[in-house]
Amino acid sequence: MSGNILVVTEHLSGAFTDATFELLALARNLAGVSGAEVDAALIGNSVEGLVGELGVADRVLLIDDPALESFNPVGHTASVVSLVDATEPRVVLVPYTSTGMDIASHVSAQCGLPLVSYCQSVDASSAGLSATCQLYAGKLLADVEVDGDRAVFAMLSGAAPAADGRREGAPAVEARAAPPEAAASTTRFRALGEPEAGDVDITAQDVLVVVGRGIDSEDNIEEAVELAEVLGGAVAASRPIVDQGWLPKTRQVGKSGLTVKPKVYLALGVSGAPEHVEGMRDSSTIIAVNTDPHAPIFGVAHYGWVGDLFDILPELTDRIGG
Amino acid sequence: MDTVVLLRAVPDPVEELELDDTGTDLDRDFLGFVLNEFDDHALEEALLLKEDAGGTVTVVALGTADEVDQMLHTAVAKGADAAVKLGDDLGALDAHAQAELFSAALADRSPDLVLCGVQASDELDGQVAMLVAAKLELPHVSVVVATAPAAEGLTVTKEYWAGITADFDVSLPAVLGIQAARQAPRYVAVSRIRQAQEAGLLEEADAEPAGPSSGVRVVGLRIPDVGDGAEMLPADEEEAADRIVELLRAAGVGGPS
Ligand SMILES: Cc1cc2nc3c(=O)[nH]c(=O)nc-3n(C[C@H](O)[C@H](O)[C@H](O)COP(=O)(O)OP(=O)(O)OC[C@H]3O[C@@H](n4cnc5c(N)ncnc54)[C@H](O)[C@@H]3O)c2cc1C
Ligand SMILES: Nc1ncnc2c1ncn2[C@@H]1O[C@H](COP(=O)(O)O)[C@@H](O)[C@H]1O
Repeated sequence: MSGNILVVTEHLSGAFTDATFELLALARNLAGVSGAEVDAALIGNSVEGLVGELGVADRVLLIDDPALESFNPVGHTASVVSLVDATEPRVVLVPYTSTGMDIASHVSAQCGLPLVSYCQSVDASSAGLSATCQLYAGKLLADVEVDGDRAVFAMLSGAAPAADGRREGAPAVEARAAPPEAAASTTRFRALGEPEAGDVDITAQDVLVVVGRGIDSEDNIEEAVELAEVLGGAVAASRPIVDQGWLPKTRQVGKSGLTVKPKVYLALGVSGAPEHVEGMRDSSTIIAVNTDPHAPIFGVAHYGWVGDLFDILPELTDRIGG
Repeated sequence: MDTVVLLRAVPDPVEELELDDTGTDLDRDFLGFVLNEFDDHALEEALLLKEDAGGTVTVVALGTADEVDQMLHTAVAKGADAAVKLGDDLGALDAHAQAELFSAALADRSPDLVLCGVQASDELDGQVAMLVAAKLELPHVSVVVATAPAAEGLTVTKEYWAGITADFDVSLPAVLGIQAARQAPRYVAVSRIRQAQEAGLLEEADAEPAGPSSGVRVVGLRIPDVGDGAEMLPADEEEAADRIVELLRAAGVGGPS
């Protein structure tokens, strides 16, 4: 075991994601406590130019291969597994993102390491490895300990400030060959799909009226639209509303939707799952309405009202519009 | 194409969660369970693929709880061809142990495609879909939002973020973690579920509870103190509405304050 901390970096179209810098910042904090070194796994094709952005790392483990031009669930996963096997890190930090969801479980199964998912924080002191995780869509926190002295942690967004992980530098580069699975891949990348265009841009609104599953039916969305109109803003939604086909994808806030920072974010019947919260927590004023006094949304909101959204929605529309 | 869909019951998200005396697990006695919402999407996608390309859909679940029967009957009513209950009295299993059971059962059945929900909100030690793929050494894509039959295998759309997706050609057999089906999951009339129940199609198959522990131990569960964050508004809806209007105007929206 090297005792190192390995960060699995993530990039798309030549740019690292925020998740990458959050994990680098977290790794630096953990290394400060334990005296370990921080390695960054960089996997792709002709990506050496990105090394300079990984200044927080002590060393970059580079797998550069034409077969890895775009993220490939099988090829990239096998590449991370090969790096973990070769360098035997103590801690592997994987972002709990679309790419990390292909990688984390495989590293656990193939490298024989425990995996802790949904982590909001990790402790890697000399005493052992532990973490705090969000279960049941953020309704419970679990304090977790790991058997043995090595583990993989799949980290939720927000574990450390991305700004602390952004530093230019020239870490040492250790290049390694791509594993055979990269070229022989049974999964071939074809094309990227771009977001739909033409709808209102919810990232450019001063005020968003955001509906969650509490809105209950497609017909009820009209009431929220009316309030948004009198406020001069737009309606946005949590994922289930979009998956039901009640509003277009362009209105989805969160991990797999858009990140918004309006002046006012009025959440109606949104529970506040971590995947939703990561797209809205930096809004200036967050007001949440929910029948459940324990809804996690009240943990990020600035103001909360416990009650039925259908009781307060018409009141607001009347007061503002009337 | 023969597809297996893994279905899992999770605590009903609308219910309040309470801890048991050990403080390391939920008090499950009075808890309602429902099908994991992402599994409903996985089943829908499997049924859509069957409509596109023919073949069969088999739904598989672990354990013998009442909600498992209910889940499987509903799936049959929606159009699944077969339903299997694996093992009985398995007790609490972590994701690694479950994946071990599924891998053994799937290796025997050798389906062309295995679909799972992208995640369940209660599993700490990883995602069963990807653990199964790793154990069976099958190609895998997680966070899938559409599939389509292709010349060889499937074209699979994976969702990244901000509306960006990626298409992959995937050869079969393969394992996919479904985030959302191409269209909203279908509804089925209660009478059809009752018919499925009466038809008694559930197959029961043995499964040996697997040994390996994931090496992850819960030492404590806590309900986060959500009140810390928000200033709570008066219970009366008129007063609350007045306050919200004030807050909106103070923030510069909804007219002059
Ligand atoms: C990989 C991945 C990516 C994801 N990406 C996203 C994403 O981008 N965006 C996103 O939002 N989610 C995303 N999710 C889903 C996320 O995990 C949650 O399932 C989702 O955010 C829940 O939406 P919700 O709050 O509307 O529904 P629920 O969690 O069902 O909450 C509904 C809430 O409404 C309340 N309620 C019910 N009736 C009323 C009423 N009459 N008045 C007031 N309140 C009421 C309930 O108390 C409850 O709190 C993702 C999940 C995964 C696995
Ligand atoms: N006990 C189970 N029975 C059936 N399917 C399961 C079970 N556990 C997990 N799965 C499948 O794996 C998916 C992901 O769950 P998880 O890996 O537990 O987050 C679920 O949505 C199911 O499709």
